[in-house]
Amino acid sequence: MPISLDANMMRAIIMDHYQNPQHKKTPKSGYLSIHSKSENCIDDINVYLKVNKGIVVDALWDGIACTISTASTDILCELVIKKKEADAKKIIREYFKMIKEEKFDEDLLGEAIAFINTAKQAARIKCATIGAHALEDLLDHKHEKK
Amino acid sequence: MFDVKKIRKDFPMLKQTMQHHPLAFFDNASTTFKPQCVIDAINLYYTKETSNSHRGDYDLCYHVDQEIDATRQLVAKFIHADPTEIVFTSGASMSINLVAFGYAAKYLKKNDEILLTEAEHASNVLPWYKVAQMTGAKVKFIPLNKEGRLTLENVKKVTNKKTKIIAIAQVTNVLGYLVPIKEITKFAHHHGIIVVCDGAQSVPHRYTDVKDLDVDFLSFSGHKMCGPTGIGVLYGKFALLDKTDPLMTGGGMNSRFDMCGAVEYLAPPMKFEAGTLNIAGIYGLKAAVTYLMKLGMKNIEKYESTLRQYLLTQLKKMPDIIIYNEHAESGIITINKTKVFAQDEATYLNSQGIAARSGQHCAKILNKFLNTPATIRLSLYFYNTKEECDRLIKALKKGDYLDAYFA
Repeated sequence: MPISLDANMMRAIIMDHYQNPQHKKTPKSGYLSIHSKSENCIDDINVYLKVNKGIVVDALWDGIACTISTASTDILCELVIKKKEADAKKIIREYFKMIKEEKFDEDLLGEAIAFINTAKQAARIKCATIGAHALEDLLDHKHEKK
Repeated sequence: MFDVKKIRKDFPMLKQTMQHHPLAFFDNASTTFKPQCVIDAINLYYTKETSNSHRGDYDLCYHVDQEIDATRQLVAKFIHADPTEIVFTSGASMSINLVAFGYAAKYLKKNDEILLTEAEHASNVLPWYKVAQMTGAKVKFIPLNKEGRLTLENVKKVTNKKTKIIAIAQVTNVLGYLVPIKEITKFAHHHGIIVVCDGAQSVPHRYTDVKDLDVDFLSFSGHKMCGPTGIGVLYGKFALLDKTDPLMTGGGMNSRFDMCGAVEYLAPPMKFEAGTLNIAGIYGLKAAVTYLMKLGMKNIEKYESTLRQYLLTQLKKMPDIIIYNEHAESGIITINKTKVFAQDEATYLNSQGIAARSGQHCAKILNKFLNTPATIRLSLYFYNTKEECDRLIKALKKGDYLDAYFA
């Protein structure tokens, strides 16, 4: 593994965000929202984003999701909060590069590095990216208002 | 004597590996592997016998027509029907759609009732929703008993004078219980109700006699019984097929038509087979049915039942395994591991070379009944072994499913 984290640490990160997701909440109002559903498994989530003057103020999500989609969505929400929209987009782009096993900027991804092995279980790429796609669409303003 | 070691040699897929382990396939309810004889039959059509049916005056064509007839006769023999009652379709979904739109949509009236169950596959729910929309008929659900079974008693509870069609699977694809179809059919016919039976999960695994079951229609797919994808069968009693409209019209299904719009269709089953048939699929289906008949459907049923018991006995010893259908008669065992999301466990099994399906298995309205968003479905076929079951148990015992991620 090229990265500074070992397998046990990655495992701990994923389990922590699965068992205690910090950003799994349904907001009342003032958020952009997007619904994302996998065609071939049961992941079915909503992702919410609050942007103020070009800064991501908050990111939340809710719904039904497996360990991988829960943890990855939760971690990515954490990563984009308090970032400028452009920087948040950059983080998501780097995350996609990592998932595709391309060169990526490790410094931007924090705990999301726990998903570096996803390509080995190719059937799970969708789980590891369902939240990322939703955040990307929200940052590109392809969403419904809530 | 059922020699599984010898049988396994017939299947090239069983020599494959997955994630550097020998492949153990426990997803036979979704599709099945093909013996070499089926692959050879498909190849034979493409390499030596290619031509269209019903068309030419040359030897190749004549031969293809003979093969299609022979396949129809063989399939008829396989389920104890008459060859004129065997329609080639693309699979069970198309077969059910043909009954729904060709028969039900034509005859159902406003407020007529169609009975289904919550355990049905999407392919046996959605066509009926659409027919209801088109005709003003209503879809009602027969309640399942506590265990998830469909009983004659519960069929009686929801049947009334408006009931016109009962559409149910003989074996459902998540719970795998064997429905008392013969009893239901007898009751239904007494009340003038048509029984549309989905045999996708039963015909590949057990001896089928449509005369004995007395079902009005029976659908099944080739690929779930060692045959190719894209070929399936609709059985229908001839008198009913005769009343059914074709879903598709075109070449090969009419006897004459003129410029005023007058058309005369061929008799069933040809009336339903517009366009060029999946001829390679028919070649493959013939080889598959021949193969299954040689093994003997009753032998297959017995072997799967023994293997199911073997696997079940071991699963029952594991305190963290929830079994949803302990008493089902088919080779389908639906489970969960406590505190592990079904898909996560299935991913771990994948990392061990074991193919199992997680999710809702196309029976999305069942979740309310099972009280879980997803399950792991293990479905056996006659080429699975006790050794594969042992590997599965060993993998399920492994504590940490996230290992798949960090191997």
